[in-house]
Amino acid sequence: MATEKKVTAIKNTPKHLLGIQNLSVLEAKEILTEAKSFIKLNRGSSKKLDVLRGKTQINLFFEPSTRTQSSFDLAGKRLGADVMTINMNNSSLKKGETLIDTAMTLNAMHPDIIVIRHQDSGAPNLLSQKVNCTVINAGDGRREHPTQALLDALTIINRKGNIEGLKIAICGDILHSRVARSNIYLMNMLGAEVNVIAPKTLMPNGIDNLGVKSFTDMKKGLDGCDIVMMLRLQNERMQGSFLPSKREYYEFFGLTPEKLKFAKKDALLMHPGPMNRGVEIDTKLADDINVSLVKEQVELGVAVRMACLKLYCK
Amino acid sequence: MKEKILTNVRIIDPSQKMDEIGNIVIDEKGKIKSIGKKSGTSKSAEKIDLKGLVAIPGLVDMKAFVGEPGFEYKENFRTLSQAALAGGVTSIVTMPNTKPVIDNVSMVDFIIRRGRDKAKVNLFPCASITRQREGNQMTEFGLLKARGIIGFSDVNKTIQNSELMSRIMNYASDIDVLIMQHAEDYELAKNSCINQGEVATRLGLQGVSDIAEKIIIERDLSLLSEFPCRYHINQISSKNSLIVIKKNKSNGIKFSTGVSINNLSLNQNDIGEFRTFFKLSPPLRSEEDRLSLIEGIKNDLIDVIVSDHIPEDEESKRLPFAQAATGSIGIETLLSLSLELYHNGSLSLDKIIKCLTINPAKILKIKKGTLQEGSDADICIFDLEKPWVVKAEELKSKSKNTAIENRKLQGKVKMTLLEGEVAYSN
Repeated sequence: MATEKKVTAIKNTPKHLLGIQNLSVLEAKEILTEAKSFIKLNRGSSKKLDVLRGKTQINLFFEPSTRTQSSFDLAGKRLGADVMTINMNNSSLKKGETLIDTAMTLNAMHPDIIVIRHQDSGAPNLLSQKVNCTVINAGDGRREHPTQALLDALTIINRKGNIEGLKIAICGDILHSRVARSNIYLMNMLGAEVNVIAPKTLMPNGIDNLGVKSFTDMKKGLDGCDIVMMLRLQNERMQGSFLPSKREYYEFFGLTPEKLKFAKKDALLMHPGPMNRGVEIDTKLADDINVSLVKEQVELGVAVRMACLKLYCK
Repeated sequence: MKEKILTNVRIIDPSQKMDEIGNIVIDEKGKIKSIGKKSGTSKSAEKIDLKGLVAIPGLVDMKAFVGEPGFEYKENFRTLSQAALAGGVTSIVTMPNTKPVIDNVSMVDFIIRRGRDKAKVNLFPCASITRQREGNQMTEFGLLKARGIIGFSDVNKTIQNSELMSRIMNYASDIDVLIMQHAEDYELAKNSCINQGEVATRLGLQGVSDIAEKIIIERDLSLLSEFPCRYHINQISSKNSLIVIKKNKSNGIKFSTGVSINNLSLNQNDIGEFRTFFKLSPPLRSEEDRLSLIEGIKNDLIDVIVSDHIPEDEESKRLPFAQAATGSIGIETLLSLSLELYHNGSLSLDKIIKCLTINPAKILKIKKGTLQEGSDADICIFDLEKPWVVKAEELKSKSKNTAIENRKLQGKVKMTLLEGEVAYSN
């Protein structure tokens, strides 16, 4: 990291973490520095702190999630908060309650933090206008997934020492991906060069204005890259036909050991999970501990979320 | 009613190419008796001195939604007419997307009676083009017209079926009815809520390309060359649509085009972080598109400016953007916001007023939008220079979903006359 001395950028800014777009470089670096300090703790035998003792954290998940939800759950508990998780798939929402009503109901219980995952872009922003507590975005529609990008950054820093000057490729379903968007903002902010690679039908309009180079050819897009981030084909968000077949997609955009050779020799592979093995990634490659950072991403995810909870909960 | 005389007022009436300071004499029946600098006076008349103010024909708004029947909690005839008069609008074309839909004769009788009892403005109701606005079966154009329907529109829905559209045009041409199309291809616009491009990508929202609009305009104008009828494109939003319109106009195809004041005054950047009052249909597009629409008015490719007044209650706007209702209110601020285009040098006063008065009246074939001798004395009197700030709670509409809250405007309606009577003044 550029600075090891305590920076306190977050103190004077709004208390919500809604997206990387709203973060300054200092704030992002502060979160990463804080997160670093939790890595060791999480690997030790005594993992419990009392930073958030007496605080209440509600995880409000409108979309099914395994890793993000359990990661936030653990992060809160390790900091000593009382954590409650509500899965809205089978709750009041089905009875016609609006997001605002749900928010007001929960707000009346005086939580200190609400972690929200929602299928609609902008839902955390709306929520943050209506409640008195901290709101942390755990993924909204196809807009942002800030803690994922932060944990990706921490994983890269952990391996490569720094992000500045690296070349990072993000490949796959960019159109439907909030992970791609948050990573584009964050990696750019931290000084990396970002390539996005996708078939044209999965490339969002105006992406070049976000500060990336876009490619439809893996060979060109991966050239000289230090990090290759693969994205999941988000079949559940696809309405209508975007691709001829999974077979054809794998042929041109699936990451195989051969295609990985287009990148730098010591290139590392990342994936936010869950993976579609044999669709966007070769199954052996995904498990190859010499190149794949997938497990480390999950591990550091807890540390990053602990840092976010600690810094944003006032 | 006593004879009235409005004195020392700047009269701008594009229908008779008039822009001069003079008097307006209104007879006992509420008609214009004489107008202009040579207009005489009469001692017995009630005199109203309007020095420093401007008088124009009462505005004709070709697209507004009144909540009756079915959505009275959003707007009713009384609140709509109060908002209209406060904005200098004296004639309103009302949309048929009520509940039930205005697609049959008995509904027409209901709204005409209801409007007459409750509204103080001239109402010109539209019926839907197809039953239930479903795009399958045309409504009874002939019968509906005979009962007082001014035109036909499926409002925010589009006839997707090309064969049906050709038959609608073919049938309509014979009985001289006005068909008003909302141009949007459903498949291209599916699930979209804003313009396609960088803003949509950043917000993570499904965007729609302007091709969705252009493709329907191209299709309809092709059909129109085969089946010429009175055809009007409700609202266009993009530069690309104007290119098609220009080409067809120069090929001699006859039709008319409208634009919402929102698309002339705002662009997609105003959406900011999910401000749902800016969720409109057609969507706000780029600044380049906005500027091209202004050029379109200058070059007579666009004939009409509408308010696209869509009242929505707070609940239907206080939702995640993709789920929130579409539309904003605007009838009360239509003139003031249009005058912004004069004050910032975009358009001439004459052009703006034309698009708000005589042009829509001609398209609708109604005797409004003019102050010629003998016509109804529907007059809008405003202070061209007066600065004011839009405050939602001060607007008269029942719903407060204005897209221009806190906007600083210049030019405000002072008085509105309806058939010679003062219907609003402040």
